[in-house]
Amino acid sequence: MGLTRNATLVRVRIYLDHNATTPPAAEVVDRMAGALREQFGNPSSVHHFGQVAKSALDEARSATAALVGGDPSEIVFTSGGTESDNFAIRGVAEALEVTGRKHLIATAIEHEAVLTTLKALARRGWKTTLLPVDQSGIVAPEALEEALTDETVLVSIMHANNEIGTIQPIAQLARIARARGAVFHTDAVQTAGKIPVDVKALGVDLLSLSAHKFYGPKGAGALWIRRGVRLHAPMTGGKQERGRRAGTENVAGIIGMGVAAQLAQHKMAAEGERLAVLRDRLEGGILASVGGTAINGARSPRVPNTTNISFDRVEAESLLIALDLAGIAVSTGSACSSGTLEPSHVLKAMGFPAHRTQNSIRFSLGLANTEADIQRVIEVLPGVVEKLRNLTRTVARV
Amino acid sequence: MRVVVAMSGGVDSSVAAALLAEQGHDVIGLSMQLYPQGDASSGHFGSCCTLDDLNDARRVASTVGFPHYILNFEQRFQETVVSDFVREYASGRTPLPCAHCNSDLKFSTLLERAHGFGAASVATGHYAQVERRGTRWLLKRSVDREKDQSYFLFPLTQDQLASALFPVGTLTKTQVRREARRLELQVAEKPDSQEICFVPDGDYASFVAAKAPRVAHAGAILAEGGERLGTHSGIHRFTIGQRKGLGVSSPAPLYVLRIDADSGDVTVGPKSSLERTTLTASGVNWVSTEDAPAAWIPVTSQIRHRHVPAPGRVRALENERAEIEFDAPQSAVTPGQAVVFYQDEVVVGGGWID
Repeated sequence: MGLTRNATLVRVRIYLDHNATTPPAAEVVDRMAGALREQFGNPSSVHHFGQVAKSALDEARSATAALVGGDPSEIVFTSGGTESDNFAIRGVAEALEVTGRKHLIATAIEHEAVLTTLKALARRGWKTTLLPVDQSGIVAPEALEEALTDETVLVSIMHANNEIGTIQPIAQLARIARARGAVFHTDAVQTAGKIPVDVKALGVDLLSLSAHKFYGPKGAGALWIRRGVRLHAPMTGGKQERGRRAGTENVAGIIGMGVAAQLAQHKMAAEGERLAVLRDRLEGGILASVGGTAINGARSPRVPNTTNISFDRVEAESLLIALDLAGIAVSTGSACSSGTLEPSHVLKAMGFPAHRTQNSIRFSLGLANTEADIQRVIEVLPGVVEKLRNLTRTVARV
Repeated sequence: MRVVVAMSGGVDSSVAAALLAEQGHDVIGLSMQLYPQGDASSGHFGSCCTLDDLNDARRVASTVGFPHYILNFEQRFQETVVSDFVREYASGRTPLPCAHCNSDLKFSTLLERAHGFGAASVATGHYAQVERRGTRWLLKRSVDREKDQSYFLFPLTQDQLASALFPVGTLTKTQVRREARRLELQVAEKPDSQEICFVPDGDYASFVAAKAPRVAHAGAILAEGGERLGTHSGIHRFTIGQRKGLGVSSPAPLYVLRIDADSGDVTVGPKSSLERTTLTASGVNWVSTEDAPAAWIPVTSQIRHRHVPAPGRVRALENERAEIEFDAPQSAVTPGQAVVFYQDEVVVGGGWID
């Protein structure tokens, strides 16, 4: 099993898809392995084994809360970003349905976890508004002001976009929304662990985060819930997570998230600077060596590890495959269920023409990337792009 | 040699890929996503290239150890194969989408992508053979005559044939399944697909009516003499030689003889009236010969996939057309289907029946 045959052909593989997922840190893996072996107890159990597991959960809860500047009691562990987003949106919608207010607001560039959830609620009679963005990839606060009504229950706006990395002015947007009595949720999956995130400074009510985006394991995430915010539990059952999320906790995964949160907090400032330098070098190198390229969202505040680049006269699908065959792992933002690429809804919402929504590649850097990696990409890319562009229709059509 | 294998997720293309990898080729598996997959909850859709099939292809690639990618060809598939399929039915013809998919997708768009990935050839799981003879690339029937698919490949140009590999063309289906078991491929016992892949439940009429509502209007069912026997609810429901679903009672069995898209009339009659000894074809591709034969040459011709090849002769007409004469009358010559001419195992050429 495994891609051994081809692996022999590609000597070095460079991973530039950290916005999709990150490799768990060695410390995370070690602590999780230990937890699986020794802290197997059910945190709800009264006995020693349960207490050991419970105390490990509490430790992880504190570390996770600290990563976003919240109180440990405000953290509810989930299975990841998607569950947290669903929990936030459906939870608030269900809790406030009795008020008769039935309006939800998000942006057109949200993650599918938010967009699809809104669509599902729209089918059940909720009014939904998707705020536009301009070519900078930023939501205009005025657009939110206009969209808010007395009916608006919840506003959900992502902190940073997963495809292009642009950072929304969440503090300002949250202030506007809450002034009109709406609950404010932000999907911080792409910022938590990458840049400082402080729920108080942001002034939000709900914040989603996911462990595997910051060198933790898959299957662990959290929703930070400001004390006093009412929302229904997504799952019912036992009294875990103060009755807010039933089901025996993913103890090892949560412990892994706690370790990852501590590491991230520790490394964030220096690593952010390092990645920004590498990212800028990558962008400069590509713009200089490959004609017909442009950075999407370049003039906006962005997370330091992300760049999204359009390549004229190339299909992103082909470029992605050709780069993978050359040992360079990148992505576009969206993939459908089979893993094929679809035009980017983010670039479409930014007002780019159709071809540009299908010729853009996301490079997202991370801890293991070095200057040599970036150099290699800059060396390989021009040839790969050239080859794809030169594909004349050598094959006769019948 | 780097080779792209077009993988449907079925046993034939899986074995084709695995055999090439075993021979030491640098195999890249590509699967085409041809229509929206929707949610798993929406249930079964087509008969091949579904999400499950794409996953099967990926599992085979992982078992054997080569990379596999899925390409989104939805738009191109709609623009070429599906739109032609609908247009043909709306014109009273009976289309052959698999042949279009081969020439317009697998051996054009997919081949072009393959070139971009540094592969010179595209291999498929078709039962057919390619052979170089002199300056020509020949297309030949597969060793397993029962499974032969050369009929669906007649439009391939010399350039396309030069880049085509059919690794299972020299094997029988039994041998292919045996190879699949030997190679421990999960698809070894997977049933063959039968229907046209993009039409749910084989219901062509509903599919066409949904895509081209204007065809679904009533018309007359006429006897050969012109008398009106009844009405029908759209010409797309009929194909030449069809006996069932005419909605007309008659002491002797009636068959569809003609479909007139302009008037909407469907003419029916006895089986004997279906017989023809000549036909013409358009868009003819001459495969084994450089020059289109101006004089009659002896061939056996096949007018649909499951047709016993009929002896006769063919000659080229102007504008990429050809004329075929059969030694004995043939039943249900169907416009839109392919006529493919053979000399022994070799495809001389083929075209679309007028």
